[in-house]
Amino acid sequence: MFRYIVRRLLQMVLTFFGATFMLFALVFANQKDPIQALVGERPVSESQRIALTERYHLDEGFFMQYWYYMKGLFTGDFGTSMTGRKNWEMMADAWPVTLRLALIAIVIAATFSVTMGVYSALKRGGVFDNVSLFITLVLLAMPIVVIAPLFQLIFGIELGWFPPTATRDATVWQLLLPAIVLACIVIAPEMRVTRTAVVENLRADYVRTARAKGLTRTRVIWVHVLRNSLIPVVTLIGVDLGGLMAGAIVTEHVFNIPGVGFNLARAIKTEDGPLVVGFVSILVILFLFINLLVDLLYAALDPRIRYE
Amino acid sequence: MPGKAPWKMAAGATAIALLAAGCGGGGSEDSAATSNTVVIGIGEPQHLIPTNATESNGSEVLSSLFYPLVDFDAENKPVVVAAESITPDSKNTVWTVKLKPGFTFSNGEPVTSENYINAWNYGAYGPNGQGASYFFEKIKGYADLQSKDPDGEEGPKKAPDPKAKTLEGLKKVDDATFTITLSAPFAGWESVMGYTAFYPLPKAAWKSEGVIAEGFEDAIIGNGPFKIKGKWEHDSQIVVEKVADFKGEAPKVDGVTWKIYQDQQAEYADLVAGNVDVQTQIPIESLGKASADLGDRFKKSPNSTFQFVGFPTFQKEYQDVRVRKAISMAINRQEITDQIFLGSQSPATSFVSPVVAGYRPDTCGANCVYNPSEAKKLYTEANGPKEIKITYNVDGNHKAWVDATCNQIKAALGINCVGGEEPKFADLLSKVEKKQPVGLIRLGWIMDYPLMENYLGPLYSTDGSSNYYGYSNPTFDNLVKEGSAAATEDEAIKKWQAAEDILAQEMPVIPLRNGQNVYGYSTKVNNVTVDLFQKVNLYKIEVVG
Repeated sequence: MFRYIVRRLLQMVLTFFGATFMLFALVFANQKDPIQALVGERPVSESQRIALTERYHLDEGFFMQYWYYMKGLFTGDFGTSMTGRKNWEMMADAWPVTLRLALIAIVIAATFSVTMGVYSALKRGGVFDNVSLFITLVLLAMPIVVIAPLFQLIFGIELGWFPPTATRDATVWQLLLPAIVLACIVIAPEMRVTRTAVVENLRADYVRTARAKGLTRTRVIWVHVLRNSLIPVVTLIGVDLGGLMAGAIVTEHVFNIPGVGFNLARAIKTEDGPLVVGFVSILVILFLFINLLVDLLYAALDPRIRYE
Repeated sequence: MPGKAPWKMAAGATAIALLAAGCGGGGSEDSAATSNTVVIGIGEPQHLIPTNATESNGSEVLSSLFYPLVDFDAENKPVVVAAESITPDSKNTVWTVKLKPGFTFSNGEPVTSENYINAWNYGAYGPNGQGASYFFEKIKGYADLQSKDPDGEEGPKKAPDPKAKTLEGLKKVDDATFTITLSAPFAGWESVMGYTAFYPLPKAAWKSEGVIAEGFEDAIIGNGPFKIKGKWEHDSQIVVEKVADFKGEAPKVDGVTWKIYQDQQAEYADLVAGNVDVQTQIPIESLGKASADLGDRFKKSPNSTFQFVGFPTFQKEYQDVRVRKAISMAINRQEITDQIFLGSQSPATSFVSPVVAGYRPDTCGANCVYNPSEAKKLYTEANGPKEIKITYNVDGNHKAWVDATCNQIKAALGINCVGGEEPKFADLLSKVEKKQPVGLIRLGWIMDYPLMENYLGPLYSTDGSSNYYGYSNPTFDNLVKEGSAAATEDEAIKKWQAAEDILAQEMPVIPLRNGQNVYGYSTKVNNVTVDLFQKVNLYKIEVVG
């Protein structure tokens, strides 16, 4: 197990460098005139152009810029955004709120999809099963750009159940509506997968054995069946975290949350290379660790899986 | 069961994380809900150093923290505020500014003439890269503070340091007096000084001479009626509170929370829900329901935005003035402002905005009146191009009206018209610079100071900073210059009006629309007005009851 983790961590280092290099190349290719992008439609004076070009090394080649960035990274300097703020400062501001949002969304999604998935599987073909199939299909069909403003209008403004926007130091209460919106995009597949897995496992031999041993029905379903059914669901939740971060670009915009999604969108718009790379680098690290965690969870859920 | 322990651990970790998430946001509830303060929505300012704040969000926040030398009255004539007097010499070249006594910065430092001179020198010095440095262009010695890259931007050589660090034209007389010498006479200089770039900075701003201290921008100290409480909370809010013994005009509210929104629709949602008190620009998507949602708290007031399209002079097919007039006549401006902008903009029929002194309605005359039959006749006579293109940047919400304009042109002139899409304004500009056939160019202008010259100079003069289409007429240039050098403002306006008449004959651009502030406020506040610069008047606004 230990050797496996070390091997994975070493692989991560390579993946990280590869990913940031590619990112940097993509951002660099997209960069046309970041100085003009920064000032919008105003004319840029020559001296201003010279000053900014020098400050951000914009006149130097791709490899030099990558070198400056990496050099900064190893001395703990994430670089300076085109807006003049330190990148790490912006990240320190943005990450906590997005992580909280994603976490709340994941918990909502997992709770709903697992309980409803199990229930659907037990009452297979019943009214609940069919209705939930229909609802999840509708949710699946609606893109987040539709759900987010719609929920904001209905629950935030018309009914007034939730606050319509949230800020950086939002309470869980303020983040609930955006989190529900985020959860909507992952609830449907997670629930369908849970249902299918539970249905399959209910027919398995070990379930018959467990029943024959005289274990209670609750124990058989919630311990024996669920544990085996959760393996695909856990994978899905791990992958969904990426989806949640992507969905956060729209959700954060609609609900005015100054998190990662919003900053990333702005950085891309203003061709703010270092900032894009900074945010996405952390996203990459997050993805890598979640994947590792998911793989380790397999072992916990299924004793047949051993890592060496 | 050996597998059970990690499983429990994972569940435990999730529970702890959840708990942490739950606790993280506690204790940050609005305590200002009942007090005498207002919440005004803005976007994230780009900068808060006055000489670098060129967009409306930054200058709106600064208007609460600083007290300007001059402000503008109802007729947009300058009136002294922080200045006791501003007097030009007989030629309008040397301007003497006398400051009102007794004013201090919010940290207790007295405001002296040096505070102005140092701040302006910093703003004008090229290597500082300040966005509003061009405001100091007219001051003598400005050129010495700029550097030029000897071998162009791509070249390996670095630009040398500029010749001077301070403006030759700024002279301290005593602590309360200083003089500004312009490189050429300019009757409207007093109006120029009303802009954000001309605020003073306290000694606390400087780390050393000409270097702003780190962190100063986030907790900027001004000479205004409010001071910043805590720090600029980026992307979240800026809270300002009243300065206790402020010497100038005192505002009626005790504080303002500038709440930062990424999206105007989210801001509108908060306005309706009562979480924000004033929204200075209601987005077009929400305009349809604004009257129903807000009733008489939904208001309009003029602002200086001017939207137009320019004809690139390097494209031969638009050189015949009849072609330009015909295209202008083929556009039904009223229909577009009503249908697409839902009345949030009004048709433009002159080459300057109605908010400046000297504006005359309909200077564009028949050329800006929708007349499809006359347009068709003119266009056929001149044998105009069979296809025209209107190029715009897609990130600015221009598609709807460009398509509508094209459809009107198609219907009226019987030719093809397409919208040329460029991702960003910078892409459009680089095509124009390379003289690629972009067709008509979509452009807009927001004034910096309320003078006709601020439209005529940058937009239509040969060396105008935003004259991207390359219009050049020496007679016009001379009239604008003569106006700037005139002894009185009335004489200046006469010259500028004569210059505007030339534009009406030559039609280098098609005026399309004038902007308006479409703003709304909550039931909590009263006396809300939004001025030409899209700023809320902080001295008038008050909390109800």
